[in-house]
Amino acid sequence: MKTDPKGVLTGEHYLDGDHACAEGALAAGCRFFAGYPITPSTEVAERFCSRIPLVGGIFIQMEDELGSMAAVVGASWSGKKSMTVTSGPGFSLMMENIGLAAMMETPCVVVNVQRGGPSTGLPTMVGQADMMQARWGSHGDYEIIALSPASPQESFDYTIFAFNFAEKYRVPVMVMMDECVGHMTEKVVIPPAGKIDVAYRTMTTLSPDKYLPYVPEKNLVPDMMPVGEGYNIHSTGLTHDERGYPVMSPDAQDKIVNRLVDKINKNADDIIMIEEEDTEDADIIVMAYGITSRVTMPAIFEARKKGLKVGFIKLITVWPFPEKRIKQLAKTAKAFVMPEINLGQVVLELERIVAGKTKVYHVPHAGGWVHDPADIYKAIEEAANGNKK
Amino acid sequence: MATKNNNVPEHPMERLLRMDRIPHIWCPTCGIGTAVSCFISAIDKFKHPHEKIAVVSGIGCTGRVAGYIKLDSFHTTHGRAIPFATGLKLANPDLKVVVFSGDGDLISIGGNHFIHAARRNTDITVVCVNNFIYAMTGGQCAPTTPLTANSSTTPYGNHERPFNLPLLASSCGAVYVARWTSLHIRRLTNSMHEALNKPGFSFVEVVAPCSTLYARRNRLGTGLDLLKFYHDSSEICHGADPTELDIAFQDKIKVGKFIDRERPTFIDAWNDNMKKKFGDKFDPYGEKKAKKAA
Repeated sequence: MKTDPKGVLTGEHYLDGDHACAEGALAAGCRFFAGYPITPSTEVAERFCSRIPLVGGIFIQMEDELGSMAAVVGASWSGKKSMTVTSGPGFSLMMENIGLAAMMETPCVVVNVQRGGPSTGLPTMVGQADMMQARWGSHGDYEIIALSPASPQESFDYTIFAFNFAEKYRVPVMVMMDECVGHMTEKVVIPPAGKIDVAYRTMTTLSPDKYLPYVPEKNLVPDMMPVGEGYNIHSTGLTHDERGYPVMSPDAQDKIVNRLVDKINKNADDIIMIEEEDTEDADIIVMAYGITSRVTMPAIFEARKKGLKVGFIKLITVWPFPEKRIKQLAKTAKAFVMPEINLGQVVLELERIVAGKTKVYHVPHAGGWVHDPADIYKAIEEAANGNKK
Repeated sequence: MATKNNNVPEHPMERLLRMDRIPHIWCPTCGIGTAVSCFISAIDKFKHPHEKIAVVSGIGCTGRVAGYIKLDSFHTTHGRAIPFATGLKLANPDLKVVVFSGDGDLISIGGNHFIHAARRNTDITVVCVNNFIYAMTGGQCAPTTPLTANSSTTPYGNHERPFNLPLLASSCGAVYVARWTSLHIRRLTNSMHEALNKPGFSFVEVVAPCSTLYARRNRLGTGLDLLKFYHDSSEICHGADPTELDIAFQDKIKVGKFIDRERPTFIDAWNDNMKKKFGDKFDPYGEKKAKKAA
């Protein structure tokens, strides 16, 4: 489906990642934004609220992030593509209603411009330590989709992907930006509206008396119907049946929770997006995401100059994790090297998947700044020499 | 009157109740049921297409209301019914959105959302069933529990001053504020109907008995005794000064319509402001295109 041209600022721009994210949302057809100011994400809200009156939509600055996320879930049920943007402390507050969005199967996008944590941490400085929180920060079992842009252009592009995934899978989708990308200014090319593909939730074709809101289709995602159409929809955060009615039983729990997880995991091949470079015959594969995927490049160039066969995987989607592809590569690669601006989060998944087949060299960083490429180079060298970690 | 196959006449409220969910979970003599009956009568009178009405509840005994009403309805997270309703309403201004929840949900954990929605004059109707206690979790102290009343977390009597809900709502900017007990069937129904018709943040407090927890813990007799006591202790004071509406333990309860005034709603204010700023370039948000052409 082509997007509504009203929100598309076609042309070449010089934008930071935050502003590019707002433009991506508008280009994707987002017409509802609820948010609360927080560094380093506020510029997304500022851009959105300055643009939305003439695009045709609405913006509300809520009283806190609890309310922002709840309003986003409500707005999505009214049929509008909806989003919020925040950073660490706000992301923690949003977890409550991210869980509600997961349970009610509500399409929505949450952008987290990551800063250093825990708690107030480093408000103006980079971090990538909310990656596990993005996946499972709300209580209970569920799966989400998370993307990680490494440039303002990708911030624009991936925000559109995020809305498309949200609509297709009726799930909260996280754009896990980081402070560096949010505040980095680069060229951003916004294509003509006719070149921007957008998805929209599948509406039921059944009449109100036949439609049940939680009967899954073949892809495990139920068709939707917004409020106001006479369908008398009921949706609850409680464990529920196909009618959306609460059912307090282990059987109902088993059914709903497994489907919430399966609708992402069983469609993983359709969702997962990665970039690979020279991985097929690589001895060492470096894996990274977000700003770290760029910081890694000098280390890889240096290693290749020294004659090492180094491949590279950049995660566009971090969750779901590309388990199948990693398993294949683990058969041929001698080792993986993974830098990330945390003390070991996404790397745990890599280690789990390749355990017993190949080694993993983690390059941690507590946050506040990006890695020194020399540290990543050192890890590649160690991996090449087969040094024990 | 519509009849079923077995010739039993349909209950007049069945059209607006999810009968496949009955029996409900509320205790005998709980005041929530009558509040729901009054609400359905009010909806029946309300000249707004039923498919354009949505009901949102939070968590708790009253939080279960949304699940029994046969309209688009949402049972959300604890305290977040108002922001959820804000999203619903702002994303589709054609809707009439009603929040139906309890005192703990709306005023304690949801207190911040309550005051800001009133301040913004978000166009929603909020019905708060006030039973003076957290009932779903077993009778703990609420921000509405009267001084000295017993609860499971104030076993020696409540020492915290409770909120006066009409004062809170009116001081934050609500355009319509009323209070009744759950035995004021006709007056409560009328107030709910007026609130539904009022553009902006309208608020109706329903003082209701909790027989199982509040009445029992405080040795106030049965739920019916308490229902009657609240009704008989009430004094109708339309237009009363909201600062004089505190409720003391087993004392007089002032009821009536206290506030009925005009203020621009959130969307009206947005449209007025943008119109001033952008002139004809701005299409008023939420207004029908047909209306513009006319």
